[in-house]
Amino acid sequence: MNTIGNVTGIIANLVIVETQGTTAQNEICYIKHGDTRLMAEVIKVVGNKSYIQVFESTRGVKVGTEVEFMGHMLEVTLGPGILSKNFDGLQNDLHKMEGVFLKRGEYTHPLEMEQKYDFKALAKKDDKVVAGSWLGEVKENWIPHKIMVPFTFKGEYTVKSINKDGEYTPEETIAVLTDREGKDHEVTMTQKWPVKVPIKAYKDKPRPFKILETGIRVMDTLNPIAEGGTGFIPGPFGSGKTVLQHNLSKNAEADLVIIAACGERANEVVEIFTEFPELDDPRSGRKLMERTTIIANTSNMPVAAREASVYTAMTIAEYYRAMGLKVLLLADSTSRWAQALREMSNRMEELPGPDGFPMDLSAIIANFYARAGYVYLPNGESGSITFIGTVSPAGGNLKEPVTESTKKVARCFYALSQARADSKRYPAIDPIDSYSKYLEYPEIVEYLNKTIHENWTDNVFKAKDILLRGKESYEQINILGDDGVPIDYHVRYWKSELIDFAILQQDAFDAIDASSSLERQNYMLQKTLEVADMDFEFESFEDVGPYFKRIINALKQMNFSDYESDEFKQNEKEFRNILKEQETAGKEEEVTAEEKAS
Amino acid sequence: MEKETKAFQRVYTKLFQLTKATVSLHAKGIGYDELAIVDGRLAQVVKIMEDLVTLQIFGGTEGIATNAEVIFAGKAPTLKVGDDLAGRFFNAYGEPIEGGEILGEEREIGGPSVNPVRRKQPSEFIPTGIAGIDLNNALVTGQKIPFFADPDQPYNQVMAMVALRAKADKIILAGMGLTRDDYLYFKNVFDNAGALDRIVGFINTTEDPPVERLLVPDMALTAAEYFAVEKNEKVLVLLTDMTLYSDALSIVSNRMDQIPSKDSMPGSLYSDLARLYEKAVQFPDGGSITQIAVTTLSGGDITHAVPDNTGYITEGQLFLRKDSDIGKVIVDPFRSLSRLKQLVIGKKTREDHPQVMNAAVRLYADAANAKTKQENGFDLTDYDKRSLDFAKEYSEKLLAIDVNIETDEMLETAYELFSTYFKPEEVGIKQQFIDKYWKNNKN
Ligand SMILES: Nc1ncnc2c1ncn2[C@@H]1O[C@H](COP(=O)(O)OP(=O)(O)OP(=O)(O)O)[C@@H](O)[C@H]1O
Ligand SMILES: [Mg+2]
Repeated sequence: MNTIGNVTGIIANLVIVETQGTTAQNEICYIKHGDTRLMAEVIKVVGNKSYIQVFESTRGVKVGTEVEFMGHMLEVTLGPGILSKNFDGLQNDLHKMEGVFLKRGEYTHPLEMEQKYDFKALAKKDDKVVAGSWLGEVKENWIPHKIMVPFTFKGEYTVKSINKDGEYTPEETIAVLTDREGKDHEVTMTQKWPVKVPIKAYKDKPRPFKILETGIRVMDTLNPIAEGGTGFIPGPFGSGKTVLQHNLSKNAEADLVIIAACGERANEVVEIFTEFPELDDPRSGRKLMERTTIIANTSNMPVAAREASVYTAMTIAEYYRAMGLKVLLLADSTSRWAQALREMSNRMEELPGPDGFPMDLSAIIANFYARAGYVYLPNGESGSITFIGTVSPAGGNLKEPVTESTKKVARCFYALSQARADSKRYPAIDPIDSYSKYLEYPEIVEYLNKTIHENWTDNVFKAKDILLRGKESYEQINILGDDGVPIDYHVRYWKSELIDFAILQQDAFDAIDASSSLERQNYMLQKTLEVADMDFEFESFEDVGPYFKRIINALKQMNFSDYESDEFKQNEKEFRNILKEQETAGKEEEVTAEEKAS
Repeated sequence: MEKETKAFQRVYTKLFQLTKATVSLHAKGIGYDELAIVDGRLAQVVKIMEDLVTLQIFGGTEGIATNAEVIFAGKAPTLKVGDDLAGRFFNAYGEPIEGGEILGEEREIGGPSVNPVRRKQPSEFIPTGIAGIDLNNALVTGQKIPFFADPDQPYNQVMAMVALRAKADKIILAGMGLTRDDYLYFKNVFDNAGALDRIVGFINTTEDPPVERLLVPDMALTAAEYFAVEKNEKVLVLLTDMTLYSDALSIVSNRMDQIPSKDSMPGSLYSDLARLYEKAVQFPDGGSITQIAVTTLSGGDITHAVPDNTGYITEGQLFLRKDSDIGKVIVDPFRSLSRLKQLVIGKKTREDHPQVMNAAVRLYADAANAKTKQENGFDLTDYDKRSLDFAKEYSEKLLAIDVNIETDEMLETAYELFSTYFKPEEVGIKQQFIDKYWKNNKN
């Protein structure tokens, strides 16, 4: 029997319910409002009063209205059919909803229960299996979707029977497993899992040791993110967080991309709905949408479901990771989720922490980021979730609770700078403030040097050093004036500008420049370092900028042309010619010096 | 103290608590968000605890006595929608200011959101003739974008001009804390342009109680949804001034003893504003709601909670600033941004539009650096001097809000300026465009 209660208080989407029976923290309940049932979650219990956050508008709800408690936490349904879907934060399939406007209390099934999937058994009778073991697989889009032993199963089971290869719906039994006590359990292609609990159906979670190629130079070259790693992108409004995440979702070398649009603009998800079915996945040649799943809980959708949306997305990511896939999880913006927590905490009149956020904000964020990672599965295969969240700091000031809490746990910090965005130096990732802790991992360094180039990391640190010294020179020039410093300062500054323009800046909207392979990144980095290693002679500081602008222009034209195409080579020739001017200029002087000596 | 009058209407006459913006009383069977009339003034339920109901009084509580009559309406605030709305002005309650009745269907305001999968991606360019907007920050139907402006800037004038040039089927003016002069100004311009029959106004002036403003945007957007959904019309909603709207939000939340967030704004400001701005939409059937808003700043400070949260919600902002070098108000290319521009520029406009736009802004930034140098008393290089000259002419010919030309002409003007002051490699746009469009009058 489910516990029943009655509404005794309403403040916006916080409702207080008096109950007779038991209720549990995070338990799901429904308010019976007229013909509709409004879904809610228990967030606090005091005596016989349960405080629930309602995932819908509470307009019209009255004291005395009946509430039914469901005896389970907020869960998602896991099974084939998730991929390419557009869900709301509670995993309702948005396409199945009727009408133009969202209707309160309308909940739709996330999967296609009528569809038959072509099942192929991977386990056989008498196999010993545990939670997460692969029993079979079906094709979902192009992904071999594994049918696994439900994650709720504890201990070892024996496969008593498994269905023949063939077509089955997600709810048909495909295997029977016997537990240690000899009890039989039927398994279907679907299972449920509470979103706030991490899925731990893996054997081991090693430190990440490979990088995830994103195609974005300023990330891959300067501050790479590890496969199974974590990163975050803080930045003031309009600095390019969403464009960067969309670019990651298009170009990163992942099997699957899950995007949680959490409390942001609806038009931004519409952009994905519209473009992804048309765009090609540069790696598989299939449509991008085939590898993408969207959890859309935009800013005008119920606030309480924002929190749910990031957990829903993470749980789906964990499900696919358990199949041995490389998952990229993106959340935009985690600040909106934190704000939803704050709104609720304030309504409950809890003692506020810094800026009114709940006291345990740091712990909540840390627990969430900890769910990402590279894992070894029970069968020895591996899978990963790389997680990158955006943060929207109030007033663009990074000294605020969400940024600070996230900085403690995320290993890559991609700080977007207002100044860079203002001068349209996109992506506006600050090359000096940003970091990747993974560059400190010896296993990552070794991986990079082995897969890209033996001198790769040396070159990367050299480039970073040039950027830093360029900045220092720039400051000196600003303090002392153009002619108050040696010409060398100008050269140093322009060498850093060269790296800025040719490597850091990348046009997200240019078909070619939007993504750059590691090979190409290596090639271009070497070009810029070649210039950085050269000695230049200039008559006057006024000649430095114009000369370097020509080199920059040539390298930029290379970035805009297909790698190794004729156009690319033509521009490279141009680049060489410009460099030669200086070489010959230097030589001529040498010659005259020699002549004089003789 | 309870008596039944009409069906669903319950009347009470004993108030338990009074504050400047709210009253509380013991009552039963009341729905959340429900409307009531307290001593003849409109009120709405904002909190229910057991049988204690708290109402927010839109007109303020001045003079309300503890024995005031409270009549509950049994429904949330509504607006009568129909073609009858066109050409008329209403107060915050949706009542015609010049009296009379409205024929139409009663709709609850503040209704549900559009399912994101039922939206269409905005793709229709809205030319305004103002190059600071069309060239650098092109607007698109279904977009929401505010002007960020100090109170002394002519934002209402610019907005009226944009509205009239935008070729919308309906223009819905939501005036919040509008001065009476500005209200009459809007009426006047629309009238002179012969556009009055395309206008609907919901007006709260500085003479009206501030809390009433809270109803205005929802009224306007309910009307907008009627025309956009049922009539497939292109609707342009003008929201002025959203900072004054937010002030009203903070009055109510502070009176309700909520913990204030930054700048004494409620912690829910982001969600409160997003709920309104997200009503901007492009529907697949051709109807659309575009929102142009005004967020007044104090002393140009965009880190204040209102512009800050707005910037995080809207699809860019148009930053008005007086350029003292040319003595005109310009659309600041650094702080302004239209985030939907890439959906139309180079697609609905000439192919080189994005590159030209970026190059010009980059050169303008170089000029800003040169200017700092100059102000610090350093010598300027030849390039610095050229960029300063470029910047001045760019400001005058393209950024000033009094510019009114076609988009192609804006591009041509940009090339003219480029070739006057720079070499192609200094401008840094794709070679194919240089070959095609560069003005060979110099260099
Ligand atoms: N890589 C890029 N290339 C070109 N333009 C860019 C790039 N990144 C950002 N922009 C420009 O900046 C605008 C804002 O970017 P974006 O929407 O990603 O900002 P944001 O940081 O997500 O802001 P918010 O916090 O308000 O959501 C874009 O619409 C685009 O015009
Ligand atoms: Mg964004």
